[in-house]
Amino acid sequence: MQGLAVTDLSASYRKNNVLEDVSFELPQGSLTGIVGPNGAGKSTLLKTMLELHPKLSGTVTFAGAPLSKMRRKIGYVPQRGSVDWDFPTDALDVVLMGLYGAVGWLKRPKAGHRQQALQALAQMGMADYADRQISQLSGGQQQRVFLARALVQDAELYFMDEPLAGVDAATEQAIMTTLRELKGRGKSVMVVHHDLQTVEDYFDHVLLLNRRVMNYGETAEIFTKDNVYRTYGAGLRWRKEVPS
Amino acid sequence: MSYTAWILLTAALVGLSCGMIGVLLILRRMAMMADAISHTVLLGIVVAFLVTRELSGYHMLIGAVIAGLLTSVLIQWLQSRGVQGEASIGVVFTTLFAVGVILIATQVGNAHLDVKHALMGEITFVPWTTVRLPWIGDIPEATLILSAVLLIVVVAIIAFYKEWKITSFDPALAASLGIPVIVMHYAFMSLLSITTVAAFDAVGAIMVVAMLITPAAAAYLWTDRLSVMFGLSGGFGVGSAVAGYYIASWLDTSISGSMAFATGVVFLLSFLMSPKHGLISRYVTVPARKKATSER
Repeated sequence: MQGLAVTDLSASYRKNNVLEDVSFELPQGSLTGIVGPNGAGKSTLLKTMLELHPKLSGTVTFAGAPLSKMRRKIGYVPQRGSVDWDFPTDALDVVLMGLYGAVGWLKRPKAGHRQQALQALAQMGMADYADRQISQLSGGQQQRVFLARALVQDAELYFMDEPLAGVDAATEQAIMTTLRELKGRGKSVMVVHHDLQTVEDYFDHVLLLNRRVMNYGETAEIFTKDNVYRTYGAGLRWRKEVPS
Repeated sequence: MSYTAWILLTAALVGLSCGMIGVLLILRRMAMMADAISHTVLLGIVVAFLVTRELSGYHMLIGAVIAGLLTSVLIQWLQSRGVQGEASIGVVFTTLFAVGVILIATQVGNAHLDVKHALMGEITFVPWTTVRLPWIGDIPEATLILSAVLLIVVVAIIAFYKEWKITSFDPALAASLGIPVIVMHYAFMSLLSITTVAAFDAVGAIMVVAMLITPAAAAYLWTDRLSVMFGLSGGFGVGSAVAGYYIASWLDTSISGSMAFATGVVFLLSFLMSPKHGLISRYVTVPARKKATSER
């Protein structure tokens, strides 16, 4: 199956160019880390591909069709901090939201949908928290709920915005296990990632981004000291040099 | 029905429709839009009057929706151009309201449309303007319009319940699922506009803000379920409206002022006593909370 293809994608934010001529092709069944400094346009890239942020030019296709026609095949996990966790709802309800596209207009989620949502929660180790109000969950638990919501979407391609930011070690492992499992089932996952130490362990492909694509390809080839320095500019300490 | 009964029914309808719409206002973090739209609908009403030379409910509703949409479009546009969010709200609504005031003063000169009435409302006048309906008989026009608006609001909320929920909680996910977040936003602005203009006659532009925001803010403190929040907020709205009427007749003072005061009392009681967020429970249940946290 043909994967994601992005050609010459550009976007701006209040007249500042945040993405310039971004092009890459993602093989289906890959786990890709998007890595770059703050303000490099990592989140904007995800949002622009999904048309949540207007693009200036360029095309985005998945399996040969424009992404906007493939919404049911695409799962999106926004940054955890982008939503109000005091919203009056519980964990199961948040997971159910992933199914709203499948449920359809003017209809209510049915028992089968709830069953799916409960299963996804269980897969993320959150079965006991289904009826817990979301503000009572820890940061890691909230992120697991978001991942469960992505799982019920049963997409072919996932965009995840910093799913590993600020979570505990156990949650990080649970999320990575899930992502590898998705990859094993032939799905593609693109993850905005900020921890340079774990890039090689976690991702088979890396997109080094700083407004433009600095490098893109298999992690083993691309993720070199020189390339990362070039992406981040001055001031970066390379892995082992980071004081503990 | 007696004079008092009509006023109470009208007040209750204001409380219920404002209470329901208020829930979405609070959850979408748009409370100040209520303030903005409650003022700019005045412009819509005046322009509708100048165009049609009639002051009927039907024309007022359309004028209000157009004014409400214009308000939210202008605010969004200024924000997208880099004007600070709350500043753009303040700039837009005061300007449009001022245009409405100038038009009233220079073009209308009619006793039925004056600024004080628009700001404060006069629910005691409501039973005097009636329309005759088949089977039901004479009914105050304001009460009829409020009933129709409440019906629209309730049907819209129930029919698109999950869409309201997801676009309020996580608009980015909603958009990625293909739910038209922007259409929902303007649909909500339209609902807010018709609710405001319908409540306008009874309680005026300033008090309608209290009816929109305060019952919903109080309900938010009591529950973790959205459906319960809608019910509670509507109930608080009705309770405040009815209580406000009796406070006003007891103290012989402004009815709309008393209703707004009653919503404030409901909020204060909720703030002090709600089980989850209330000040009192915070002191009483501290040990239990600590235990729950350490178990996690």
